[in-house]
Amino acid sequence: MDNRSNWHRIAYAALIVIVVLTGMLVSNAYHLQLLTFIGINTLLALGLNMLMGYAGQISLGHAAFYGIGAYTTAILTVHYAISPWLALPAAILIAMAIAYIVGVPTLKLSGYYLGMGTLGFGMIVHILFREWSGVTGGASGFIGIPPLELGPVSFSSGRNYFYLVWAIVLLSLIICRRIIDSRLGRGLRSIHDGEKAARAVGVNTGKLKLQVFVLSAAFSALAGFLYAHLVYFISPGTFDFITSIRIVTMVVIGGMASIWGALLGASLLTLLPEWLHSFSEFEMVVYGLILMSVMIFLPQGLTRGLMDIYERSKRQPDR
Amino acid sequence: MRPLTKCKLNWMPVFIAAVCLVFSSAAFCGAAEKNYKIGGIFSVTGPASFLGDPEKKSMEMAVEQINNNGGIDGHMIEAVIYDTEGDPSKAVMSVSKLINRDRVLAIIGPSRTPTSLAVIPRVQQSEIPFISCAAGNKIVEPVKPWVFKTAQSDILAVASIYQHIKNQGMKALGIITVENAFGESGKEQLLDQAPEFGLQVVRSETFGGKDSDMTAQLTKIRKEGPDAIICWGTNPGPAVVAKNIDQLGIDIPLYQSHGVASPKFIELAGKAAEDILLPTGKILVADLLPESDPQKRVLTDYIKGYENRYDTSVSGFGGYAYDAVNLLAKALEGTGGDRGQIRKNLENIKGHVGVSGVFNFTPADHNGLDPDAFVMVRIKNGTWTLVK
Amino acid sequence: MQEVLQYIFSGITSGAIYAVIAVGFSMLYNSTELINFAHGEFVMLGALSFVTLSGPFQLPLLPAFILSVAGVAVIGMLFERLAIRTVRTPNPIVLIIITVGASIFLKGVGMLIWGKDAHTMPPFSGHPPLDIAGAKLLAQSLWIVAILFITVAGLHLFYKKTLTGKAMEACAISQKAAWLTGIPSKFMVLLAFGLSTGMGAVAGVIISPITMSSYDMGTMLGLKGFCAAMLGGLGSLWGSVIGGLLLGILEALGVGLVSSGLKDATAFLLLLFILYVRPSGIIGSVEVERF
Repeated sequence: MDNRSNWHRIAYAALIVIVVLTGMLVSNAYHLQLLTFIGINTLLALGLNMLMGYAGQISLGHAAFYGIGAYTTAILTVHYAISPWLALPAAILIAMAIAYIVGVPTLKLSGYYLGMGTLGFGMIVHILFREWSGVTGGASGFIGIPPLELGPVSFSSGRNYFYLVWAIVLLSLIICRRIIDSRLGRGLRSIHDGEKAARAVGVNTGKLKLQVFVLSAAFSALAGFLYAHLVYFISPGTFDFITSIRIVTMVVIGGMASIWGALLGASLLTLLPEWLHSFSEFEMVVYGLILMSVMIFLPQGLTRGLMDIYERSKRQPDR
Repeated sequence: MRPLTKCKLNWMPVFIAAVCLVFSSAAFCGAAEKNYKIGGIFSVTGPASFLGDPEKKSMEMAVEQINNNGGIDGHMIEAVIYDTEGDPSKAVMSVSKLINRDRVLAIIGPSRTPTSLAVIPRVQQSEIPFISCAAGNKIVEPVKPWVFKTAQSDILAVASIYQHIKNQGMKALGIITVENAFGESGKEQLLDQAPEFGLQVVRSETFGGKDSDMTAQLTKIRKEGPDAIICWGTNPGPAVVAKNIDQLGIDIPLYQSHGVASPKFIELAGKAAEDILLPTGKILVADLLPESDPQKRVLTDYIKGYENRYDTSVSGFGGYAYDAVNLLAKALEGTGGDRGQIRKNLENIKGHVGVSGVFNFTPADHNGLDPDAFVMVRIKNGTWTLVK
Repeated sequence: MQEVLQYIFSGITSGAIYAVIAVGFSMLYNSTELINFAHGEFVMLGALSFVTLSGPFQLPLLPAFILSVAGVAVIGMLFERLAIRTVRTPNPIVLIIITVGASIFLKGVGMLIWGKDAHTMPPFSGHPPLDIAGAKLLAQSLWIVAILFITVAGLHLFYKKTLTGKAMEACAISQKAAWLTGIPSKFMVLLAFGLSTGMGAVAGVIISPITMSSYDMGTMLGLKGFCAAMLGGLGSLWGSVIGGLLLGILEALGVGLVSSGLKDATAFLLLLFILYVRPSGIIGSVEVERF
């Protein structure tokens, strides 16, 4: 255990060094922006990973919380001229409140039924973004979201925003690690391994599931906030069913029940379409094939899968 | 002895080839540096591929034509084109890639209104000339210094339809619009402009772009007894609307938007397309235009070029990108690649005869088209006819 | 009144299509406890191959129908053999991602073969719409409803009367027990995939004359079909039929009497409602695990 937490500490330090160095060395604004998107997607994957990987509950509607975060800050900052820094807690709290209300009945379901319940919720929120055009700007989208500023520091430059997003990502990684190693985290893992057994030993599974659902909604809303102030524009299409599926894919491909898996999955799924551009017409075919192959051959996700392969190769000489 | 001679004989051409290669590549490198790079972002795949695909092809064609005529001030144009898939985040990334990695001089725009709106803050920030190919009016209203657009605004399309309806002496209208940015923007204009023409929208309905059946909405519209129905959408939805109207036996005129202005619509709607009226750029009726029409020559050249090159029939949408490239080429002249100068030149272009109309940009008008850009057409016997 | 009747007619048309899709979902879930997110893409393949076979290849309707359904069923079985059976740890999340991957893949293939444009074809028969109390009922709607009931009745007989069908039912109850009694359960899963994707193709074929078919038509149809299956009770054949028709009619009534903007929301609101109130569906036979 001690060994493991040491390992994590080294990993955090390494990540900090990498982030700082990248910020200093990468001068191309396009690459910085790509890395910023990876950071935002990591937050999304991290939130969902807490729910899927640790508590074993699937959600096919997480784009809804992503969208709620983005639309809340957009509406507050543009329609009501509220400072983004006040809109941020509002966005997170609203997402958490909605997650709580939806979570109470939905989390009673399990397996595919839970998947479908969250999917239905996600679709309804998406339709709401589109139809409530007086407030959300409708299908054409919401324009004029202001850039972030903190005193003299403006985050409209690519580099500053990159640092902001990755600082938040690092903080979130550490928070998640803390939660996982806490009593709550142990409770969650017990649900994942066997909900009935967990209940039998006195874990209040219903409450725990709800807590982690609300927590993952908060992470998604945070990501939505960062997205809105990065792009200055949001439209319902960004928060649709496909996005929900993409977040699930990040979690699963990266590796469930691993915070580093979220990072890996988010990086891969953000970069993959960029690499696949050269396939042009074949892009979808290749993307689909990659998704299927990873799941067939490394169903535990890439982090676990690669670790297994590494360990097997290490064990080989002993035999 | 023999191998040696053979060797000797063979060395010479290799040497010459090598020398040629070195020089030609040097020459090529030199040329590459002098090239004017321009970027293109279109939704080549995804739900709006019917726009993006012909736009990409038209851009490539226009660039090739310019280069065949010797380029601009001796510079060749090089086009870098990315696919946005109609996704705003992808569009923002592509713009950033074009500006920072490919270092283009100007960007020719996304095919859809949301993607265009999403990239506008970036191009404004980076001060790079940007010509959008999307219909939405919000793109150039209010005017932003670096943002232009070539597609006819829906304001003009609605005005053309309403003028026609008013001339027929009709009053009450039912409208049915698609649930996306195009339909929403159209609906806004339809509702806004109705009072100006003394018309009344008695019922406004929407439909999903992929819905298989719109009879419920149309039944609801029929109940209000309108004089005409206006459908605002892009293929394939409006074709289903046309079929449903036919099936329900609703016997009042049906107007469609310029969003279906392509032969594909007639193919999809079949006999239900008969007698439908719609506003379109002159491209669909190029062969019916009088010789005196200023656009006639440009249009026939474009259509011939496109159909020869790609072996498919032309649609009304590729012209947006074609015009954008040609406008940009005009603005590039004499600038030496200075972006501020390009922008200023664009703003001062007057009387440019393009595929979508005659462009007259001013500091207050970055679309530069007047209602003449549209003509009303009626579908008769499976083809377009001009309506006076 | 005339309007309401018209709403119900158009609801029945789309409802019957949802029902055929829902039946496909249900059959697969019944024998494999799997939900195929690529199901909508099999609908798309059915529709587009039918359009191609009866259009450019000029086959008569019936052979084109049979060929496209059989062809899609073969693709479905290949999908089972190559992707689903090779999975080492078949837990729901992994299987969901695989079917999602398959749906993206098939969509890509559809785009490569048929291009990005929509395709259409004339109705099965050229009869004018029937006029019932002022409301119009399309000949094609009658075709759709007839085909729905013929196929579902056929499947019902297959499950109850034939040995293979009974073996499949046995597999649905317990794969291991079925295997112990000598039923080739792997083959039964393969067959279930073939039948389910074949039903998807049937939906595609009957929908192709009334709407426009394109490579990206599948996603929404699949989701709606899924809502219908949940509504009627996942795993129940007749439940899916009722769920589909009900969903179609409620959607049309929702458009007619409330607002067209909420059309798509109807399906998902119903889905949530049924999940919260009665997760086993209207005539559900499966007990839902609620821990």
